[in-house]
Amino acid sequence: MEALKDILAKCEEISFDLDFTRAREWKSQDEKRVIVGSMPIYFPREIIHAANGMTVGILGGGDRKMIIKGDAYYQSYICHIPRSIMELALDGHFDDFDGFIFPSICDVIRNLSGTFQILGKGKFVKYLDFPQNFVPSIGGEFYEQELQHVLNEVYKINQVEVTPEKLNKSIKLFNKNRELLRQIYDIRQEFPWRLTAADVYHIVRAGYMIPVEEHNEILENVVHHILQDINDPLDNIRVVVMGAFCEQPPIGLIKTIELAGCYIVEDDFLLGARWIQQDIKEIKSGSTLLSTLSYAFLNNSTFSSSLYDAEDPKERRLLELIKSRKVDGIIFAAPSFCDPALLDHPILQKACEDNNVRYISFLFSENTGQFKVIKEQIGTFSDSIKLWE
Amino acid sequence: MSKEVAKEKSMIIQKEMIANLSLELSNVKKTGKKVVYTFVPGNISELIRAFDMLPVYPEINALQSAMRKKSEKFIRDAEKMGHSEDVCTYVKCDVGMMINGNVGSSGDVVPPPDLLLLSYTGCFTFMKWFETLKRSYPDVPVAMLHTPYQAGAEITPEMTEYMVKQLKDEVIPKMEKVSGNKYDEKKLKEILKNTSKTEELIMKIFDTTQNVPSPIDAYFAGVYYIGPINNGFRGTQEAVDYYEMLYKEILERVEKGLGPITPEGVMEEEKFRLVLEGPPNWTHFREFWKLFYDLGAVIVASSYTKVGGVYDNGFRVDPEKPLESLANYCMNCYTNLNLPQRVELLSNCITKYKADGFMVNSIKSCNSFSAGQLMIMRQLEEKLEIPVGFIESDLVDPRYFSYSNIKNRLESFFQMLEQRKLYSD
Repeated sequence: MEALKDILAKCEEISFDLDFTRAREWKSQDEKRVIVGSMPIYFPREIIHAANGMTVGILGGGDRKMIIKGDAYYQSYICHIPRSIMELALDGHFDDFDGFIFPSICDVIRNLSGTFQILGKGKFVKYLDFPQNFVPSIGGEFYEQELQHVLNEVYKINQVEVTPEKLNKSIKLFNKNRELLRQIYDIRQEFPWRLTAADVYHIVRAGYMIPVEEHNEILENVVHHILQDINDPLDNIRVVVMGAFCEQPPIGLIKTIELAGCYIVEDDFLLGARWIQQDIKEIKSGSTLLSTLSYAFLNNSTFSSSLYDAEDPKERRLLELIKSRKVDGIIFAAPSFCDPALLDHPILQKACEDNNVRYISFLFSENTGQFKVIKEQIGTFSDSIKLWE
Repeated sequence: MSKEVAKEKSMIIQKEMIANLSLELSNVKKTGKKVVYTFVPGNISELIRAFDMLPVYPEINALQSAMRKKSEKFIRDAEKMGHSEDVCTYVKCDVGMMINGNVGSSGDVVPPPDLLLLSYTGCFTFMKWFETLKRSYPDVPVAMLHTPYQAGAEITPEMTEYMVKQLKDEVIPKMEKVSGNKYDEKKLKEILKNTSKTEELIMKIFDTTQNVPSPIDAYFAGVYYIGPINNGFRGTQEAVDYYEMLYKEILERVEKGLGPITPEGVMEEEKFRLVLEGPPNWTHFREFWKLFYDLGAVIVASSYTKVGGVYDNGFRVDPEKPLESLANYCMNCYTNLNLPQRVELLSNCITKYKADGFMVNSIKSCNSFSAGQLMIMRQLEEKLEIPVGFIESDLVDPRYFSYSNIKNRLESFFQMLEQRKLYSD
């Protein structure tokens, strides 16, 4: 079995490969293979997998891509991620991609899908309108139509028909992927010193760059390693980090949080990988092709700022998460100008105050490079909890 | 600015209509009428009125607060409560107004909602806004009406069906429960007949800018013209009467070859004709307008006046298909159009209304409009070889209105247009 440090080094390299080397290599092996780029938060990658495709995460350029052209498309008061995605697109990083999915996150990402349409990127651009109605015969049916639309577009490219058998196989693989990720988070909850939060981030992000089969193998190895009693605990508090579900935090920020005395045992970075909280059921005969994916979305989704919270308020779910993860506090870290995250803050922070949960909040951009002030702020937060709680 | 403001007759009537609605709202305790909070885009006030309920529009409250110079305090109060500086100022203004007693433009307290009709059309923030309001009114039901985005530049039968199902299974049952009245389709059809007439009239009114000089300013005065249809009067006889009168008034101006009426009287010389994209700044509305008319610029079409419905491509409600019509109306609002559709619509306006230039007023806190505007500018510049200009302000936050900055940019832009005209002559 590969050593943990080698696995981690590999994941670090893969996760920020802005040339998408492995995905391109994978595609080149079979002319019927397709690559579909998808932005956060969630997209059911199973359907692309079943159509002989691979979904690659379009997660922005982070602090690895100098923005020159991208700034010419967005005003200063719009978040950073669309600029770096534009920069990547204009520099040809997505040239081998066959299609693009823009899930409904906010108005900026919605309009970014239109910019891709105008630029003529890929063979299709799909703004995936997630239903905000959760009744199976209404929102569920609409969701199935949205997914079918994606499948139709892929079919036009490779003429691969998705059958229940193929989709069940894909569902199984992604169920396994989610289960392994759950295990990693569960082990880290008890023993957060066994793997740093930055390592976890690289591991999860690598899953957006390589075939799921390869990622599952990596995850199995990681689980094996972190079940062992490795590394020594530090006197850190345990925190949840919330708000970075779309524009991703720079790795420096994740490291800063841990260096300042906090173990991140729960977060919403790359939330889509763990969006569905239970195994998706296999399709039974007589049901529609996309019925179980739709059921899972309607019933087993996690909570998010981009989803109408209907009858199950997000503050209740956040408090439940705090309890189950046994954390000492919350760090609200949202990207500047991120409407969904920032509009939720007053609601979530009030719930924290009403329930005596300690929190701090600050803003970041994917290319933030200075962490001194943030480190001092988090350090004070962590010390205050250690000393006085 | 101390001179008496020149107003069209229709403006006075409109003011009365809105004052009457405010009065009706302030009397709900006595009359027992139920109050529905909802939004301008996807504004299905016909359905609200079919249940004899009254609509309230939080964005209109916010813009009225801004025009009354009250929004800054409201926004600051909301920010003290933890609302970020980076987000929509309509939301913060509304929250601030609520915590300061919810006093509306008429000076009366805006009654609390009996129903929150979340017509989630073309603006993601609407959803977050009503999630916030729901926390302030925990016992008030929310009826979510999710309007699918025209991502593929079309309204498919599936999209309409999705909305009609929501209307039947989610919105109407909640309205029946809150109002105590049964859904009466016949009544809705009658109301929609008026809507159809109104939509036709609105299009005719905005089409008068094909005349040179343009008899109206389709942005600064245009926001008044769309007032009744956006502020609760869709489907009413008052709206039909108002728009008939307004149209007549404008035709008289066309006959006399008159330009638009500004707050300082009839605009004497039309120097530049512009199409304008983006909402206006409300905190300095008159100064903002003056910057244009002082320099002889008239807006011949604007995207903002289409925010509560786009009628340019022939869409009109069909009273015989009431729910389908409401659904399609919602999906056909400007910010629910995808970017290529917006480019095409604006491009058609520039051509049809013979514009000399295209101007963007980019709003700091309105991503629904702002994200993508620079792409729209590029597209129009390339496609039509038309000069494009760009200014920035905010909806209701006066801290983001920089008079001299906007003035400088406009002057440079108009100089450029002037040179271009000279050159082409």
